[in-house]
Amino acid sequence: MSDSGPPTTGSPYVPHSPSETAAMLDAIGVPDVESLFDVPESVAFEDDLDIEARSEREVRTEIEALLARNDDLTEFLGRGHYGHYVPSVVDDLSRRSEFLTSYTQYQPEVAQGFLQALFEYQSLLVELTGLDVANCSMYDDATALGEAATLSQRVRSVSGDRILVPAHLRDGKRGVLENYVDGPGCTVESYPMDDGCVDVDALAAAMDEDVAMVYAETPTVRGVVEERADAVGELTDDHDALFCLGTDPVAMALLERPVDVGADVVVGDAATLGTGTAYGFGLGLFATREEYLRQVPGRLVGASEDASGRRAYTLTLQTREQHIRKERATSNICTNQAWVALRAAMHAAWLGPDGLVDLAESCVTRARGLAAKLDEVVGLQAPVHDRHHFREFVAHTDQPARVVAEDLTDEGYAVHKVGEHLIQICATAQRSGAEDAFLEAIEEVA
Amino acid sequence: MEYDQARWTDGDRYEPLLSEKSTSEVAVGDGPLPEDLTRDTLELPDVSEPELARHYTRLSQMNYGVESGPFPLGSCTMKYNPSFTEDVAALPGAAVHPDRGVATVQGTLELCHRLQDYLGRIGGMDAVTLQPPAGAAGEFTGIQIAKAYHEHNGENRSSVVIPDSAHGTNFATAAMAGYDVVELPSGDDGRVDIDALEAAVDGDTAALMLTNPNTLGLFERDIEEIADIVHDAGGLLYYDGANLNALLGRARPGDMGFDVMHYNVHKTFATPHGGGGPGAGPVGVTEELAPFLPSPHVRRETGAEGETGAGNSGYEYYDPAHSIGKVHGYYGNWPVLVKAFAYVARLGDSGLRDTSAKAVLNANYLAEQIPYDVPFGPFHHEFVASAGDQDAADVAKGMLDHGVHPPTTKWPETVDEALMTEPTESESKRSLDHLAAAFEAVAGETDGTLADAPTRSTARRIDQATAARSPRLCWQALKD
Repeated sequence: MSDSGPPTTGSPYVPHSPSETAAMLDAIGVPDVESLFDVPESVAFEDDLDIEARSEREVRTEIEALLARNDDLTEFLGRGHYGHYVPSVVDDLSRRSEFLTSYTQYQPEVAQGFLQALFEYQSLLVELTGLDVANCSMYDDATALGEAATLSQRVRSVSGDRILVPAHLRDGKRGVLENYVDGPGCTVESYPMDDGCVDVDALAAAMDEDVAMVYAETPTVRGVVEERADAVGELTDDHDALFCLGTDPVAMALLERPVDVGADVVVGDAATLGTGTAYGFGLGLFATREEYLRQVPGRLVGASEDASGRRAYTLTLQTREQHIRKERATSNICTNQAWVALRAAMHAAWLGPDGLVDLAESCVTRARGLAAKLDEVVGLQAPVHDRHHFREFVAHTDQPARVVAEDLTDEGYAVHKVGEHLIQICATAQRSGAEDAFLEAIEEVA
Repeated sequence: MEYDQARWTDGDRYEPLLSEKSTSEVAVGDGPLPEDLTRDTLELPDVSEPELARHYTRLSQMNYGVESGPFPLGSCTMKYNPSFTEDVAALPGAAVHPDRGVATVQGTLELCHRLQDYLGRIGGMDAVTLQPPAGAAGEFTGIQIAKAYHEHNGENRSSVVIPDSAHGTNFATAAMAGYDVVELPSGDDGRVDIDALEAAVDGDTAALMLTNPNTLGLFERDIEEIADIVHDAGGLLYYDGANLNALLGRARPGDMGFDVMHYNVHKTFATPHGGGGPGAGPVGVTEELAPFLPSPHVRRETGAEGETGAGNSGYEYYDPAHSIGKVHGYYGNWPVLVKAFAYVARLGDSGLRDTSAKAVLNANYLAEQIPYDVPFGPFHHEFVASAGDQDAADVAKGMLDHGVHPPTTKWPETVDEALMTEPTESESKRSLDHLAAAFEAVAGETDGTLADAPTRSTARRIDQATAARSPRLCWQALKD
């Protein structure tokens, strides 16, 4: 066999020898495979798809060549998608085939390993949020927010169809939310921000009995640590609305517990643990209060006992789900991000409580340190919000932000442009070795 | 072949939770933020890396995957997942940030464009979006596209028609999009009953959601007539791609009259299911529906030179004219898409056709070998047997003791004690014979012994009722 692998006539992944195929056809009683296809001639496809089969080595080389077309930039990018260092042991263990190639745990007796790992993931989120219930994953932060909004329609005692979101919100997140609430017929409205935090007076003025849910974030999309989350919790309580807080597991290791600021639902992206930057690949986290348990979307793993009397785990409360309840299900989600959740739980366990808190604190100090250095660069003021920051911050540029961002790209760096004269910069440990060179580059272009 | 699954025990539990091995509660504060903005304490598992490695290795041993043995879970298409697709999805160049300027991620966009093109050809569709992160998300995207299309034409249609044997996600999706669900009873032959369809479809019908072959493994031979009925009423035809494996290179939804479809790349294109995800659910549409695709969409730059080949033109994102907007925070489950691209490229025309050939051969061969009644037929990639007087759940537990994963049970509800079986193309004759022997052995166990099964798995029969009645969903609940 050459390094090209098996010949590419037919699928390399079917194990049938010609004689086995013949024996099987014989057993069925048909002359050939074609006669098994019950497709009317009028819709049968007789042409070529015109997709050339390649060897494994050729496909690998081809994809390497394609990806080599991406510019080699050092990214100071964040806004919801982060590349924290993922330890090698996470790759190694999560890729064990019994995890990777398994399916949803419909037969719990042979799936105790994955069920326990998901139970441990749920436990991690319960500790971080302080809430009672976490599911074992949604697609990403945006879809988790969408699910929170539809939850608000199911659990609220009075009707109301206004969903309030911060003026500083990633476009993609708002777009997904609008699609999710299109069916229930909700409106999505923005409330203003006050120097990067919730403008509590403006939010209070916007509240009425038609508000079903208020969404706030900490850190915000601009990296600001929200200082008035507790005030949002009080406002929503006063109006019988749900308070949905967006965050992530690294931030939660340090910031006030969501339950302590009155959050009813916590959503966000848990891919900050266990997954590097992968073009927006996410892991939606979703946690809420026990009183909403039977309205929770998605999969839940629970503890029970088996016939030997030992504790065992199983998917539970499946009557909420689409394969049982059909159109009365709490969500249509079926395939979720289970394997990504496994990786997040592994990463958190690898860090341990000290390591996770250290990681969170380093996010604050790195962002603060880089902002202070940038503030000394002529033509830059950083951060523009006089607040605490987590991982990232917005800087004002005297030059048009577009020019600064483009010039930085030419120098090999990527930053966000978030306004005419505003750029946003994310400082994680992944970029720590590049900070000095970045500062030199930005001194040149700013 | 005898089978025993690994079982690590520690008193009245199996492998302890990490939290039960060792936890630490650390005080938070005294850090870079004022105390009123920080939590007080954090309590988490606290184990060394060697202990962590052993814990997860044990858990993996107590889990069954495709490489453990046959996994004929109907409608899930659990086939062998080649290892190399994992490696290419993890290449350093794949790990870019989604907010980079498009000029700096041309390789990423070109790979997306090539996959869109492949999927379009395979499905007979004019345009494909890769954004939906799973099959059900693809369904939602497709139905939102149908809704936007009707609204654009000034029509406010209120219902979606779905056969009673359809995947549960179809019903949930239609409801989620705000539609009333009209359930379509199956005909006596397990297929769409044309008279019932005529009665169900009217001017309120936004779409008919259908998979073909259907969940019973039967090809809807009247598909052109079905399409005409739906189209004549002004509705759209939606294809659920869960069963596309049966048709690769042999028939295309676009040619059958479907207007919009989703692909389950984690099923058809062998990206690992990961214990329940991640998947990806690209959506294909006809030219007429292309303006409604999610934003942004990848296309070759306007005016670019050359139509094929790498490196001779640029790619860009654009917002389709009447886009439904976003269905994922960024652009979907990118690593899964890379794996799907690698798989399709590895197989090519001949491999894709061989896939459907052997998937259909295997299903028909196994259906022939098993002792249970298999109504309807002829079958494509899967079949639904009836366990008859036996409880399908007991049959499943009994099969576990033979070292195989059982079929999907008790679904669809249109077959009594259903055993929905999809062996896929990657099972050998030898492994199908082993599966058939497992069915045979379990079918013969009518003396109540199945109630004790399984006995060779990690866990014995698990009490599901207690789990639901007194939910304990985290370690913290076990402590109390």
